[in-house]
Amino acid sequence: MFLSEHQSKELLSQYDVPVPAGRLAKSSEDAERRCSEIPARKYVVKAQITAGGRGLAGGVKFAATPSAVADEAGRLLGSTLVTAQTGSAGELVSAVSVEEALTLEASYFIAFVLDTVSGAPMLLASSEGGVEFEQRTQMDPSTVKALPIASDTPEARSELESFLSGIGITADAPVGIVMAARKAFIENDMTLLEINPFARTDGGKWVAVDAKIALDGAALFRHPEFEALAEKQGLTQTELEAQKNDINLVRMDGTIGVVVNGAGLGLATNDMIFADGGKPANFMDIRTTATSLDIARGVTLLLEEPRAKVILLNVHGGGMTACDTVAEGISFAYSRSERKLPVVARLAGQNAEWGLRILKDRKIPVEIHDTMTDAIARAVEIAR
Amino acid sequence: MSIFVNSDTRVLVQGMTGRAGTFYTDQAIRYGSTYVGGVRPGKGGRKHLDLPLFDTVAEAKDRTDANASLVIVPAHNAAAAMIEAIEAGIGTVVCVTERVPQHDMSRVKAALRGSETSLIGPNSQGILTPGQCKIGVMPTADVKPGNIGIASRSASLTSEILSQCGRAGLGTTTTVGVGGDNLHGVDFVDCLSRFKDDPETEAVVLIGEIGGRAEEDAADYLRSVDFGKPVVALVVGRHAPQGRRMGHAGTVSAFGGGSAAEKIDVLRKAGATVAENADRVVAALSGLRKAA
Repeated sequence: MFLSEHQSKELLSQYDVPVPAGRLAKSSEDAERRCSEIPARKYVVKAQITAGGRGLAGGVKFAATPSAVADEAGRLLGSTLVTAQTGSAGELVSAVSVEEALTLEASYFIAFVLDTVSGAPMLLASSEGGVEFEQRTQMDPSTVKALPIASDTPEARSELESFLSGIGITADAPVGIVMAARKAFIENDMTLLEINPFARTDGGKWVAVDAKIALDGAALFRHPEFEALAEKQGLTQTELEAQKNDINLVRMDGTIGVVVNGAGLGLATNDMIFADGGKPANFMDIRTTATSLDIARGVTLLLEEPRAKVILLNVHGGGMTACDTVAEGISFAYSRSERKLPVVARLAGQNAEWGLRILKDRKIPVEIHDTMTDAIARAVEIAR
Repeated sequence: MSIFVNSDTRVLVQGMTGRAGTFYTDQAIRYGSTYVGGVRPGKGGRKHLDLPLFDTVAEAKDRTDANASLVIVPAHNAAAAMIEAIEAGIGTVVCVTERVPQHDMSRVKAALRGSETSLIGPNSQGILTPGQCKIGVMPTADVKPGNIGIASRSASLTSEILSQCGRAGLGTTTTVGVGGDNLHGVDFVDCLSRFKDDPETEAVVLIGEIGGRAEEDAADYLRSVDFGKPVVALVVGRHAPQGRRMGHAGTVSAFGGGSAAEKIDVLRKAGATVAENADRVVAALSGLRKAA
């Protein structure tokens, strides 16, 4: 779950991490009016989208006067930005952040993640901050240095100071600010806190000029304040509907509707479909807690997908999702749908025989195969 | 022989009285594993599934000589349960709970440091030494004792490969579900080094997927030792749906794991036989046996 730049910086400022003075605006008039609340001589207007690569795609504009701010905001709002990370569809700009434009003397990249080895919060830092950070690190990942910080002690602070000097921050090292960011990272259950650029202004102040925060969806139960955000995560209506029913569904652009239990088996199935020259219409993973009614809703979403020509059912029953539960779900979806796509099924594991009997008894147009290889080859053939 | 668990393993269940806890404890006992008690604060002194309940892990361990524990509690209690088991000195802790917050695992990893505990999971399918001990939610129907060791990141693929092995008449020493989360306990390398020292394990299957660095670490390990046993690897996710990349690509490219193709490449270079797809793992194993 990602926070927007504006939300990220608001959260950081609560931890005394300095951020530029700024206001959120949803219209050009609003943007112009907000300028009076920002003590600045020059402004910057930033499109609020979740994807990165915004600066290089024209999503950040400088403006000398409030009326120039209004012009730039007017051009950005309602436009679709295509960045290196959005895909060709781009992302619609529905809000801009108007901020004081700062003169930056030096830009760095810093981030916190959890170290998967020690489990401790780990600081990542690079002297190569700014908009081109990503291209540079892709060419040479060694420009990013890492320091696990298990606790905030005087020893850890002095270790941090020498680490920062290792990336070229020698004078007035912002140790307190980095430790404050670490605290925000822990207390808000972030899985990623990225500040880029983390910059020193011409006045010698450290500022988080841009920030990106990812929150741990599994920890939302102790952060009710973020719950409203969880609703709008850029998922399509279909994906949201599936999620509500304990099904992880991602749309893809092929013709084979895929019903699988388990993420690993789902990935394996997709790999085999591609290897046979087919293309899945989706990636689906039925969670172990899904009921047959949940599954029926997921299958209904596939039957409503106009591109899908066939349903491939690849299930290994076990634990609490037995094959009969999945078969019941399929039957229920078919009983309510006008569109009865052919089903190619491979059922194995718990209650496989029972599941196949249900499909046949309910007159589902099903073809049964014993192995994944055969079932997938057949589904690809039908979809061709 | 086996790794982590065997017929001497005495299992406690943290969360035994819940629906899932009851179901999987009952299954494991019927399978013939030795389960000695449950932990449920406030219910000490009572019984469930004919086993004694205790208020704390320490007390339960004291009274039952348990040396392993199954953690099957709601996600928000999972870290506290794991840490309690670690602090009580339980040797093998298996956590099947899904969606444990990552910062909770940060604290669990801190508790693990310097402890005697091997943590399997969280979000693990559990561990199975056929005919001796089952902890977790792994299916047992097709699994016979034998000479293949399995370590897997994917529950659904483990079930699949186990049943394929079963049909082909291949048995296993131990199957370990290392869990699907970023922050977890034992990893592929821990499993590989134990399988290396287990005289009965003659070949190892690794079931990997995209995300993380587990496959890269396993490849590094295999290159660094004289492993002496064939390793078959399956890595899925060559055609995973493009995840929504939102700003952290820089961090991921600097510190995340590689693509499925890159993982396959490093494992192959480290001497592993890479199965072409999920249906070809047994064929890859049989190929090795014929060659041997």
